[in-house]
Amino acid sequence: MTKSYKDNLPISAEGFMQEFMRLKRGSVTRRHFLGITGLGLATAVMSRFPGALSTPAYAEDLGSQMSIATWPNYHDPQTFERFKAATGVAVEVNVFGSNEEMLAKLQAGASGWSLFVPTNYTISTYAKLGLIDELDMSKLPNFSASTENPRFTKEGQIGGKTYAVPKNWGTTGFSVNTKKIKTPLASWKDFFEVLQTEADGRGMVHDYQLTTIGSALVSLGHDFNSIKPDELAKAEELLIKVKPHLFAINSDYQPAMRATDAWITMCWTNDGAQLNHDMPELAYILGKDGGEIWTDYYGIPKDAPNKPAGYALLNYLMDPQNAVKEHIANGAPTTDSRVLALLPKEVTSNKIVYPDEASLTPLEFGAAVTLTDPSRAELMARFKSA
Amino acid sequence: MALTAASKKRLVTAALVGPAAAWLFVFLVLPFVAILVFAFGRRAPEGGYQPAFTLEQFANLGARSAAFVNTLVLAPAGTAACLLVAYPVAYYLAVKSNPKYRLLLVSLVVVPFWTSMLVRTYAWMYLLGARGIPHLLEFVGLTDVRLLNTAGAVLLGIVYGYLPLMILPIYVSLEKLDRRLLEASADLGARPVATFFGITLPLSLPGVMTGVALVMILLLGEYLIPQLLGGGKVFFIGNALVDLFLQSRNWPFGSAIAVTLVAVVVVILLVAMRVAWRVAGTRQVDLL
Repeated sequence: MTKSYKDNLPISAEGFMQEFMRLKRGSVTRRHFLGITGLGLATAVMSRFPGALSTPAYAEDLGSQMSIATWPNYHDPQTFERFKAATGVAVEVNVFGSNEEMLAKLQAGASGWSLFVPTNYTISTYAKLGLIDELDMSKLPNFSASTENPRFTKEGQIGGKTYAVPKNWGTTGFSVNTKKIKTPLASWKDFFEVLQTEADGRGMVHDYQLTTIGSALVSLGHDFNSIKPDELAKAEELLIKVKPHLFAINSDYQPAMRATDAWITMCWTNDGAQLNHDMPELAYILGKDGGEIWTDYYGIPKDAPNKPAGYALLNYLMDPQNAVKEHIANGAPTTDSRVLALLPKEVTSNKIVYPDEASLTPLEFGAAVTLTDPSRAELMARFKSA
Repeated sequence: MALTAASKKRLVTAALVGPAAAWLFVFLVLPFVAILVFAFGRRAPEGGYQPAFTLEQFANLGARSAAFVNTLVLAPAGTAACLLVAYPVAYYLAVKSNPKYRLLLVSLVVVPFWTSMLVRTYAWMYLLGARGIPHLLEFVGLTDVRLLNTAGAVLLGIVYGYLPLMILPIYVSLEKLDRRLLEASADLGARPVATFFGITLPLSLPGVMTGVALVMILLLGEYLIPQLLGGGKVFFIGNALVDLFLQSRNWPFGSAIAVTLVAVVVVILLVAMRVAWRVAGTRQVDLL
């Protein structure tokens, strides 16, 4: 008769969390949810008990926990579980919305991260400000320089030193619901036009200066990375004209697109692939007039509290067997030919993930100056508060 | 060492007040001083703070005028809407409801506070989104109704989120109401409506003022509801602050806006206290 009180509860804690996560997947804004609630953090805390501490032979003491700063929907959660099983180190995941936010946290000091995922154009600034460590490549035997595409490694290297190694690359295009919007779209010029017409009240732009200002500049025929005052003024004029027609200014657009609250949005490769996979009417389009190509890297902050674990996780992620699972889960293309060889055909033949070289030609990498340029930051803030 | 009675008393006072004073100093005074210092500085080239002594940031406040206007319009509008909904509820709870169930009813008002505001706001995002209420409205022929990410959604979120803060102080002031005054009013021939406006309402005004001040002050710093239910388009001062510290990394400008916001709150509080004193005809009004 020693029945636990738990048997009488209408739903178990696990059952509730499962239901909750299922509901959340389609309808709740994940980025904000994880960011504001620290749910990622909470999950990590719940799973912190390192089991039997069956740590395999590691030269250094890795401790029992570390923290990584990264982007939403960007990892296979199983990766961290397996890493914990292999090393006894629980990984706490901090989710961010923009590189500017990451920089702000690092500048404020003691971020607590032992590994983080900055985008190509930020790394030189991090190195200049002394916020990031030069990587000790001897601790990363799984990294293979010879199989990496140099197009995607070069911004991690500054003055012959390697500060960051690539995670994956991608593009910034737009996702459009072709059941709702019939106008054929092929450029950023089309994108901004349709926002004010057929997609009135249904379009989204990122809450991120690089892509929102950059794409507005491209649609006007200017350089994605321009910081010329007259060109920025034109872009601001366009954005402020478009603003009353927008559904939202938000970098987490998946829930709104899935619920068909929004019909068109600026979009990154990995989200574009995930959306299109689940809802084929959500097409992913690259601007033929230009736009962004990017690479996300792994780096170790200077003030990282647990560098041994940071290196261990980074090395673990560089193992092609692990990287391939990551890339299948997040949907962004790989920079490493070893990983490419392991990916299933349906991934490598997906035109969203691996577009034709011709459609990549007009795209540009973000420029370092846009990260710290006050006029772009202020433009974005004026647009949002207009 | 023998202590005099007076110094003993002083020691006891210090021991009692000390922890709170230290707490206030470390977590309220020091940060505020830091913000004040930042507000007179300049943005460093890569973002952050550079020491200086300039009024530049304050001169630039106009660049966020839209956020100030939004806040100074939507905060009072939200407070007024809360008041309109809260007063009848508080009146019912304190005067009309069966005393047997009163405690239960009051706790029903408080219970939503046990869940995080964030989770409840997310629930509204779902309800107002295309799969929520608009989906139901399609059945009665209303297609393409948009509720989420509108000023109306923000106002709804505000009323929903802050209602208990308005109900409770009004409830408390109505609960203390001396019923004999109402009887006397009736005996003297006043109709119920006249009694309400002549006696009940004036006597509950201190509670109303407390509720208004509480809701208004919190609303002036609101960030979450405009962000989640306004789609990042309806910008409050709180949103401007987050943006300046986390995106533009312009700490001095953010600090100047924060200082201005604190000044606005202090002025509103002082005015509210004045009004409360006047209407209550006494200086013994506990506002907060």
